[in-house]
Amino acid sequence: MTGIPAMLSSNLLSVLIFFPLAGALLLFFLPRENPRLIRNATFLVTLAEFFLSLPVALNFDGATAAMQFVSRAPWIPAYGIEYSVGVDGISLWLVMLTTFLMPIAILSTYAAVEKHVKEFMIFMLVLEVGMVGVFLAVDLFLFYIFWELVLIPMYFLIGVWGGERRIYAAIKFFLYTFAGSVLMLVAIIALYFHHHQVTGVYSTDLLRLYAIDIPVKLQFWMFAAFALAFAFKVPMFPFHTWLPDAHVEAPTSGSVILAAVLLKMGTYGFLRFAMPLFPVAAYDLMPVVGGLAVIGIIYGALVAMVQKDMKKLVAYSSVSHLGFVMLGLFAFNLQGIEGGILQMINHGVSTGALFLIVGIIYERRHTRLISEFGGLSKVLPLYAAVFMIVTLSSIGLPGMNGFVGEFLIMLGAFKTSRVLTVFAASGVILAAVYMLWMFQRVMFGKVTNEKNLRLPDLNAREVAYLLPLLVMIFWIGVYPQTFLRKMDASVKAVVVRMETKRQAALAARPAGEPLLARYFDVRK
Amino acid sequence: MVNGILDYLWLVPALPLLGVVLNGAIALFAERPLLLAEAARGDGGHGTSPHGASSHGADTHGGHGDSHAPAAYRKLVAFIGPAVVAGAFLVSLLSVLALAARAPHDRLFVQVLFPWIQAGGFSAPAALQLDPLSSVMILVVTGVGFLIHVYSVGYMSHEKAVARYFVYLNLFTFAMLTLVLGDNYLLMFVGWEGVGLCSYLLIGFWYEKKSASDAGKKAFIVNRIGDFGFLLGMFLLFWTFGTLSYTEVFAKVPLLSANGTLTTGIATAITLLLFLGATGKSAQIPLYVWLPDAMEGPTPVSALIHAATMVTAGVYMVARSNALFLLSPVSMAVVAVVGAATAIFSATIGITQNDIKRVLAYSTVSQLGYMFLACGVGAFTAGIFHLMTHAFFKALLFLGSGSVIHALSGEQDMRKMGGLKKYLPITFATMFVATLAIAGIPGLSGFFSKDEILWQAFSSPHGSVLLWAIGALAAGITAFYMFRLVFLTFFGASRMEPQVEKHVHESPFSMTVPLMLLAVLSIVGGWIGMPALIGDLFHLPNHFEAWLAPVFGHGAEGAAHGAEHAPVALEWGLMAASVAVALCGIALAYALYRVRTDTPKKIADSVPGLYDWVSHKYYVDEIYDLFIVRRIVNGSIWLWQAFDAAFIDGAVNGIAATVRGAGDRLRRVQTGVVGGYAFSLLLGAIVIVGYFLAR
Repeated sequence: MTGIPAMLSSNLLSVLIFFPLAGALLLFFLPRENPRLIRNATFLVTLAEFFLSLPVALNFDGATAAMQFVSRAPWIPAYGIEYSVGVDGISLWLVMLTTFLMPIAILSTYAAVEKHVKEFMIFMLVLEVGMVGVFLAVDLFLFYIFWELVLIPMYFLIGVWGGERRIYAAIKFFLYTFAGSVLMLVAIIALYFHHHQVTGVYSTDLLRLYAIDIPVKLQFWMFAAFALAFAFKVPMFPFHTWLPDAHVEAPTSGSVILAAVLLKMGTYGFLRFAMPLFPVAAYDLMPVVGGLAVIGIIYGALVAMVQKDMKKLVAYSSVSHLGFVMLGLFAFNLQGIEGGILQMINHGVSTGALFLIVGIIYERRHTRLISEFGGLSKVLPLYAAVFMIVTLSSIGLPGMNGFVGEFLIMLGAFKTSRVLTVFAASGVILAAVYMLWMFQRVMFGKVTNEKNLRLPDLNAREVAYLLPLLVMIFWIGVYPQTFLRKMDASVKAVVVRMETKRQAALAARPAGEPLLARYFDVRK
Repeated sequence: MVNGILDYLWLVPALPLLGVVLNGAIALFAERPLLLAEAARGDGGHGTSPHGASSHGADTHGGHGDSHAPAAYRKLVAFIGPAVVAGAFLVSLLSVLALAARAPHDRLFVQVLFPWIQAGGFSAPAALQLDPLSSVMILVVTGVGFLIHVYSVGYMSHEKAVARYFVYLNLFTFAMLTLVLGDNYLLMFVGWEGVGLCSYLLIGFWYEKKSASDAGKKAFIVNRIGDFGFLLGMFLLFWTFGTLSYTEVFAKVPLLSANGTLTTGIATAITLLLFLGATGKSAQIPLYVWLPDAMEGPTPVSALIHAATMVTAGVYMVARSNALFLLSPVSMAVVAVVGAATAIFSATIGITQNDIKRVLAYSTVSQLGYMFLACGVGAFTAGIFHLMTHAFFKALLFLGSGSVIHALSGEQDMRKMGGLKKYLPITFATMFVATLAIAGIPGLSGFFSKDEILWQAFSSPHGSVLLWAIGALAAGITAFYMFRLVFLTFFGASRMEPQVEKHVHESPFSMTVPLMLLAVLSIVGGWIGMPALIGDLFHLPNHFEAWLAPVFGHGAEGAAHGAEHAPVALEWGLMAASVAVALCGIALAYALYRVRTDTPKKIADSVPGLYDWVSHKYYVDEIYDLFIVRRIVNGSIWLWQAFDAAFIDGAVNGIAATVRGAGDRLRRVQTGVVGGYAFSLLLGAIVIVGYFLAR
């Protein structure tokens, strides 16, 4: 943390969280008759936010697992609730992903969002507050606030600016996440009381909660509550059906953010809370979570393959990709978890790019049906090149981002469960099938549909927001050390903490105890 | 610089990559606007369609020639493309010479470029390794690759997207060099996938043609099935050895075998998984189906990627892993049997094909089978030797066929050729040399390598009479179908369409010079690896075997021992037998296609079922489609519509409806005061928690 003034250093994260809120307030005072001004202002706010976040990445010390840039203040002292934010190797790149993608998402709306531009942009900025906050919060209560905050703007983004069935999709999205949130809230409160019971202090500070030992039976129920909340969000099979609806109805920029960042809140939640807080339960339930992850990988890929709507195809492919992330996290080793985190970033970049690509063609033709297209390579050569690169990145071609993540995930998972990994690896085949098949039907062949003959190729604005994504695709693919290096210490700490707690619990346990007896009163 | 030229080894892959960047920039900024303008005018229809592009243009310069004033960028592309590969060849040659100057046990040079992936105990650097085996590979890749780049300049001179073509071709060269120069399995996999990508892009180069894009997709997906095995093999390898670096893995083999970590079972699992990858990339049973379809690509691509280099990657991988394969008798046997079976199986299909490129495609599958047969019996040197000689004569055969196709305005059906030798003297002469080589006529390169394989198949401890017999029979069939090809194409009366015949012409120098150079290599290329039996007569030592000894030392030993103990007369006898079989094949082809030309049809008609079965490639594609592809697609549709939409979502909506129903009745509770809701939420949560804590 050398190089930047201590003042800034200690408040940088708070600035990061609330700067977009200031931007949203600014928008209130801009005239709604001038959408151009509003768009540009929002873009500048998000761009400034990105540049503000750069010092965090640059000055982040990868050698330590401790929270960095910590900022804390008493918030509700009576209940032991603190405003406490910090960043470590697990959250760093997710924060960066968020700030990196926001300007891109905003740029993509210039031609796509035409009604209520002001409100749209305000919601986008509020959304950013929630997203950045979720990843930076070190206090469980604060985390929960941001978690719920994200829900509201996204609900409106889908419900107001969405497609035909937007209301259904928005409510489905909201209820699903909310149902999970309530379960999580219950578990948070339980954890809060338990902490008091053990230590005599009321606190929702995550670092304190990490330190206590939780009886395994309690772990089971708390893990279940947290895991359900996060599994809805990821989404894991079979809780995924809200996702295709939400994606298909959401405006392009909403889909980008939804896929790239919101889904990662679920996987991040597992890694930050569910796994390290309740390690014994997490280990014991690995076959369930890992199994669902692998089912998701294959199921998502198979269902993606037969979709007729490009956006729905990409949505189902997310179920498959996120299955990989979950499998990596539940490998409980460095390779798997680092691969999982990297894959969260990769999915954000690649799937974000895919949604942008689908959005671009949708803006031109107002349809996303694969059968409406064919032969576009001829009329849109630049678009074709970008689409091809992103497609290859999505199917994990070495030299591009997706490969590094998937490889590390499966390498780690192989150690933990060979059977699951063998099935997961078949997802590598299926990904090539559904992506290349779509690409072929949309881009190759002759132009058979008259309407596609005169489509304009990418314009400068589109190139401007796709180019950074392409750079990231190759950067992560060729030199992933930039990213892996900074997460190493933090991931190692999680792995060690979980392993230590598990060993302790195992030692305290009677030999030969059946698994179920740990959690349930199994009566003879 | 401590190591002289070797410190510049990185230039070998870097130069083709530079070509990608430069040609890519040209494609983006010079070629794209032109093509777009053309597409907008609506006259681009025939420009990028396959033979309209490559061959039509060749004869009908006047046709749409006015729009073909070669733009300056085209000349630049035609220079950059081959030049970067020439540069890579030069650096390769100098590097190999520098390596050869060292003592045999010291011929290993590793150049670490940068750390690539590190996580926990896993580490894979981007590092290059030059040793005798990779030396052979880079010389073949850059040498033959350069000739094919030059040939492409002529062949693709009327193709509009020439910059895009050379981007792909240079990218391929880069990936292939990464594959063979990488110092660990992961980097091999990078190159492995990279060449697969270029294969996909180049097979589907004329993407407007559905059969081309289908073939590209098929190649990619079938290869992915192989990659599935490669990946799992790497995982098992890493968790057994703790590293993926070649030198470290092979060095640990004795230790880990001794302490029981590396059991025969694990070695078998690792090698069979890796071999699954090899069957994909090198088109062996059961994953060979993509290669014949890959002929949709431009012919120089077929020569470079689908004959000389990429498809041999599997052989390279098995040979590279010889220390592991030798641990598992089961894996060795599987490799040998798959190789032998593929060799004969695809040779029989080759007899019945009428498309000149398809004959060569099945021939390639068959010859790759020989290479695996060699590896499977422990004769890795012979396998790599055949890999090299095959690169010469098969590249030549493909380029020759390209010259024929080019001359015939895109015609690929041999039934519409005939009598071409007087029109295409150079093409004929060079192709004839290659045909003699592949048929195994003594003195030419193919003879030495094939004979070595057959001998090892017979005499090696891993070999058997049956493997030898299958190999010899396949050699006879090879001679037959190759001479059938030559007779149908170059001899007899012309069966060309009149308008095609009018335009027949020999190809330009840019195409014929590579043919001639490859013809020379097809003859002399085998002389560096003569078996002791013959080499001793001329006082020529087997340089090739000595060169590779540091890599295959212990591997080749078993095979070599077998050879020592076998009587000399037996070796001469088997050699004579295999030559005799080849001569029989040639004689039969002569009889059927030169003397009694009506007989082939009679034979086919007399066994309609069999002929139909073989000529339709044993219906393997159809079986795969019916039993695998369709089932997966239909199953997925069911998953989506019945399971996802109806069952899961039905349940979700059902719950929602139930709640809504209950909600109607509970409406009175709803006051609309948000605080009230929040309070109830909190209260409910506390009650639940309280219950658990109180228990």
